[in-house]
Amino acid sequence: MDVASRDRTRALALALPALAVFLAFWLLPMVRLAHVGATGEEGLAAYTAVITHPSYFRSLVSTVTLSALTTVATLILSLVAGLFLQRNHFTGRDLLVSLLTLPLAFPGVVVGFLVILFAGRQGLIGDVTAWLTGETLVFAYGMAGLFTGYLYFSIPRVILTLMASIEKLDPALEEAARSLGASPWQVTRDVILPALRPALLSSGAICFATSMGAFGTAFTLATQINVLPLTIYNEFTNYANFSMAAALSIVLGLITWAVLALARTAAGAGVAAAA
Amino acid sequence: MSARRRTARFWLQAALTLLVCAFLVVPVILSILAGLTENFFVGLGSGLTLRWVGEVWTLYRATLGYSIGIALACLAVTLVIGVPAAYSLARVQNRFTRVFEELLVLPVAVPGLATALALILLFGQWREFRASAAFILVGHVLFTLPFMVRSVLAVMVAMDLKTMEEAAASLGASFTQRFFNVVLPNSVPGILAGALMVVTLSLGEFNLTWMLHTPLTKTLPVGLADSYASMRLEIGSAYTLIFFVIIIPLLVAMQWAARRAQTRRT
Repeated sequence: MDVASRDRTRALALALPALAVFLAFWLLPMVRLAHVGATGEEGLAAYTAVITHPSYFRSLVSTVTLSALTTVATLILSLVAGLFLQRNHFTGRDLLVSLLTLPLAFPGVVVGFLVILFAGRQGLIGDVTAWLTGETLVFAYGMAGLFTGYLYFSIPRVILTLMASIEKLDPALEEAARSLGASPWQVTRDVILPALRPALLSSGAICFATSMGAFGTAFTLATQINVLPLTIYNEFTNYANFSMAAALSIVLGLITWAVLALARTAAGAGVAAAA
Repeated sequence: MSARRRTARFWLQAALTLLVCAFLVVPVILSILAGLTENFFVGLGSGLTLRWVGEVWTLYRATLGYSIGIALACLAVTLVIGVPAAYSLARVQNRFTRVFEELLVLPVAVPGLATALALILLFGQWREFRASAAFILVGHVLFTLPFMVRSVLAVMVAMDLKTMEEAAASLGASFTQRFFNVVLPNSVPGILAGALMVVTLSLGEFNLTWMLHTPLTKTLPVGLADSYASMRLEIGSAYTLIFFVIIIPLLVAMQWAARRAQTRRT
């Protein structure tokens, strides 16, 4: 007993170096960030500026809208592709799966560049539309380009999570529903979707939070795009408004953290209810 | 009739899946081609060349070595502090370790931009630190540590750590001996998967690094952003091609290691 409790203490002590790094290089700097945010010209009001200040508010609304649209589109596309790849076995399937997960580790800047090659001034879409209609379609350098980029880096992450959950589904349940006369759409709505709820919630939340905080893609496409991370970056580097940049990044951090925490609670409850 | 409806559904799904695949792969192929084409604006007809790759090599070679150095240093730090932390979390499960686990993930949950600003505001005045590679390393360690800890923890939780350790202890093995001779060897799949993830993420990290870098501490993704902004399309593409050559094998290895760690668990 004595030995066991000494072992526990020793085991706990092994977490100390990681804890020290976290406290010194993350928590302490974050406290400083929050303090800087509260002690600028506007004082504590800097924290509500994202709602009271029209241009910051617009930036918040467009970031949330863009992230929400990205999440919905990513979930739908990944669900369809994930179900298809997990349910049908054909030659080349494994290749398709690895291709889908290829962009997993591409940084935002690279994704931005790929969007430029895809839909920029010398891009593929432009060439194709010029050939088809005579007019060159270019949409890389605005919100549509950003949406394309966010979709690009979100799909691989979400599809991996969803495919893992689809693999664990019990095909007997779907079989039972079908034998009772349920249409394919009813099976999807009443059997598959509820079973995938936790995975959809958690991967959707990760997708949303990542899109809210993404910086590299927007940075490559155009620094004038009005999304919160770029607003923060411009406040900090171009206007040297450190306190506003600090306050806005604390608010942004709180939003992404809250979304992730909420989704985890909801998904956890879903798992508990299903078990 | 039902069979026909199912086929329509099947083909629709197949088409969409292929479209998604094309969406993800075609830009990569475009980028590779652009990096090897004499003049991308004219098209492939202008001929293939390694000239742009050569130019990138002379212009940006330093960023490559720099990034690899940081990634390896990041791996060393996350191994030394992350693996013991994972053991701690696996052995002792109470309220404190649960809170600790939550805390460790915060640098991933909160945008890198916020973490970078916080680091600059607190340590920016400390010139030697601000201008050194260690400043970027700190950011990368914060961002990658949770992945190492989680990957190792998952393997440790799945194996019967308690029974194994009790057996070793009953044979007289000390705490240190058990950690190095029983716990570590059995956690290798998790450590390997975590290590590959740390290196891959560190090599590609941009959100933090862009804020933390100085003209003398440029990593590969920072160099990429620089080339996209100021160089011709072919050079940006050739540079991206070099990045792909490094990152894609790592990515494939990472997925292989993750699968291996998972099969060991079940």
